[in-house]
Amino acid sequence: MRKVLARQPWLGPMAALVVTWTFFAIRAPGFASMVNAATMARQTTVVALCAVGMTLVIVSGGIDLSVGSAVAFTTVVVAATLKAGHGPVVAVLAGLAVATACGAISGAMIAKLRMAPFIVTLGAMSILRGAAKGVADEQKIDVDPRGLDALLSASSDSVLPPGVWIAVLVGVAGALALRTTRFGRHLYAVGSNEATALVCGVDVARVKIVVYAIAGALAGLAGVMQFSRLTVGDPTDSIGLELEVIAAVVIGGASLSGGEGTVLGSLVGAVLMAVIRTGCNFMGVHNWVQEIVTGGIIVVAVAMDRLRHRRS
Amino acid sequence: MAAPRIAIRKLSKAFGSTPALAGVDLEAGGGEVHAVLGENGAGKSTLLKVLAGVVGRDAGTMEVDGQPWDPSGPADARGRGLAMVHQELALCPHLDVTANVALGIEPARLGLVRGAALARLVEGALGRAFGGRAVDPRMRVSELPLADRQLVEVARALATASAAGGTLRVLVLDEPTSSLGATDVDRLFGLVRDLAAQGTTVLYVSHFLEEVTRIAGRFTVLRDGVSVGSGDVASTPVDDIVRMMAGREIAEAFPRTPRKAGDVVLSTRELAGMKLPLEATLELRRGEVLGIAGLVGAGRTELLRAIFGLDRVRSGELRVGAAIGPASPARRLAQGVGFASEDRKAEGLATSLSIADNLVLSRLGPSGLGLPARSREAAQRWIERLGIKCSGPDQRVVELSGGNQQKVQIARLLHHDVDVLLLDEPTRGIDVASKAQIAALVDELASRGKAVLLVSSWLPELLGMADRIAVMHRGRLLPARPAAECDEASLLREAVGA
Repeated sequence: MRKVLARQPWLGPMAALVVTWTFFAIRAPGFASMVNAATMARQTTVVALCAVGMTLVIVSGGIDLSVGSAVAFTTVVVAATLKAGHGPVVAVLAGLAVATACGAISGAMIAKLRMAPFIVTLGAMSILRGAAKGVADEQKIDVDPRGLDALLSASSDSVLPPGVWIAVLVGVAGALALRTTRFGRHLYAVGSNEATALVCGVDVARVKIVVYAIAGALAGLAGVMQFSRLTVGDPTDSIGLELEVIAAVVIGGASLSGGEGTVLGSLVGAVLMAVIRTGCNFMGVHNWVQEIVTGGIIVVAVAMDRLRHRRS
Repeated sequence: MAAPRIAIRKLSKAFGSTPALAGVDLEAGGGEVHAVLGENGAGKSTLLKVLAGVVGRDAGTMEVDGQPWDPSGPADARGRGLAMVHQELALCPHLDVTANVALGIEPARLGLVRGAALARLVEGALGRAFGGRAVDPRMRVSELPLADRQLVEVARALATASAAGGTLRVLVLDEPTSSLGATDVDRLFGLVRDLAAQGTTVLYVSHFLEEVTRIAGRFTVLRDGVSVGSGDVASTPVDDIVRMMAGREIAEAFPRTPRKAGDVVLSTRELAGMKLPLEATLELRRGEVLGIAGLVGAGRTELLRAIFGLDRVRSGELRVGAAIGPASPARRLAQGVGFASEDRKAEGLATSLSIADNLVLSRLGPSGLGLPARSREAAQRWIERLGIKCSGPDQRVVELSGGNQQKVQIARLLHHDVDVLLLDEPTRGIDVASKAQIAALVDELASRGKAVLLVSSWLPELLGMADRIAVMHRGRLLPARPAAECDEASLLREAVGA
């Protein structure tokens, strides 16, 4: 049993998710409905997309604090591009390209200048937030979404809008990349022992640049989804999102010191937080209680992880 | 005549201003097991790292099979048929055995790892390294016993052959047996002989001469970064090899004020740590310098750490003054025992703080307050007494030279007014003038009745400074002898177990 837990670290969070969901399903009338499940899925999409990228980064021993700002910046870029008269495809590509480039630049500084990821992405967080406000002229950009709102809209006919399916696909791709590609294995190796990866001939610098670029691209994709939800470019959106994303990844069993973590675990972590939030809303629990509960779960999840490690 | 497999000429490499290699020549033929010998810090590890492409070289030439050998990095070296087993275990603890063995050479198509090829590669390498002994390739490396981890590294080196198109031209083994049991050593030696029979040249680095005489055909001795001799292992007496390794005359004079050994202030009896030491019995008296010799990894540092309470004690007796049994570092300081770490920068000093802040780290003012003016005053006194070269008490320790950093570390103990000083490699990596000053300081402290336990890898220093010397060999402390009855060769012989 312990061995299984060590190899499948997402089992713990998954069990917590099942217990929590069952609890709310029994105690909160209407919580277990399909409509609510679809709502939660839509609400989790942005966090989930970011969490996939953050998982790769954290597995490599890094951190990316800039995702919240990157999401807001992307909504602004998408909106500004639409406003300039371009089509929705161009707008989405522009948003993705900008976010990917920002991630790659952060990665290059971390890899080539050997700067601490915390510092570089903290700087990027502020720079991107400022840039978003600058591009948007310090206000929301109101624009016709030209169909982009359908990505995550609640009013579409299908139960789950395409954005949710895209997030699911990204999750599967991320999980496969981590498990079955050379790049994925090298991410774990760099996070576990960078010196060893180096003497074994792993191109550590390239791995780092690529992983931050991927995290940037996924934050950009999350930004597109966020635009779809808001239908405006909002430079003050998603403040503090990075902490929610990191919390999801950590609840999912990743270690902030690198070398550990799974995409599935992180997604379970993201869903778990959404379930707690929604469930508490259904039961009429005050917001302040929700925040305490969420914080408690983060701490308990990591504490259990430490205990598991100490035993093995 | 065919070109030798490896030909290294006048190789040199410096780290900063410290030369690690200053002219190394080495030649080894195909299928030869060639021992690289030398004392701690002679430059063996650096030589191997240059060969494996981990670090670059400053000057000199290297050739393999007559072709210039300039690996652009470890990946290049591996791809051209050179594998290395590193001394400090180079493994990713979170990854499983398979991932560690295949790291850097994973068979892949379009970036996707080919599971079947990977399993074949790893299985074959593990089978040879472990000799059929079962090991679960899906086991996390951090859960393996130490000996198995070392064999996983050997397996990785063997797997390199497949990445290099099937032939392993050179296998470099840096202290591969330090955590292996006798059966594993035997099997490793069998493997080395097999590889050599197939034409692989094996460079074998070891401190243990008995191993070298068993496995190696030829040897090269390094001393202070220079190759000082080579020859056939079989036709060279062990004593001659030891003499080449030690070699130097005692150039420096060590001051020695008459001292009188007083009461026993520190004693251990069959002391064992969780890993090392295995068994250490010693008595340290006031007014005495007791030297501990031994190889790196023999357990000398661990002995000091166990005494000072930094590492847990497994068994045995430990007595400091009237206090019996293990105690925390804070208690030890209160009992008048101070420890100066061999790792000045990471452990011994808070290098980003000022000299004054470092000096008062363990002993603030009488009320527990660290008044800046008071600590500066105290620091000024020690700066003058020990001749620490600096701009003043406020200068940050990181800006000082190694020798002056070491003086700050010792001054911290003196400011705490300890009676027993545990000094771990106090003169490592510092200049000659500072070495002499520290030797004079230790002499003065001992003559004033302090007790000093001195760990040093530099034998002339031990012989010059210590009153008695004990040798640590593979975790066991041999009985101490008066320094006057020791010489370099006899200490080295005990240390290498020859």
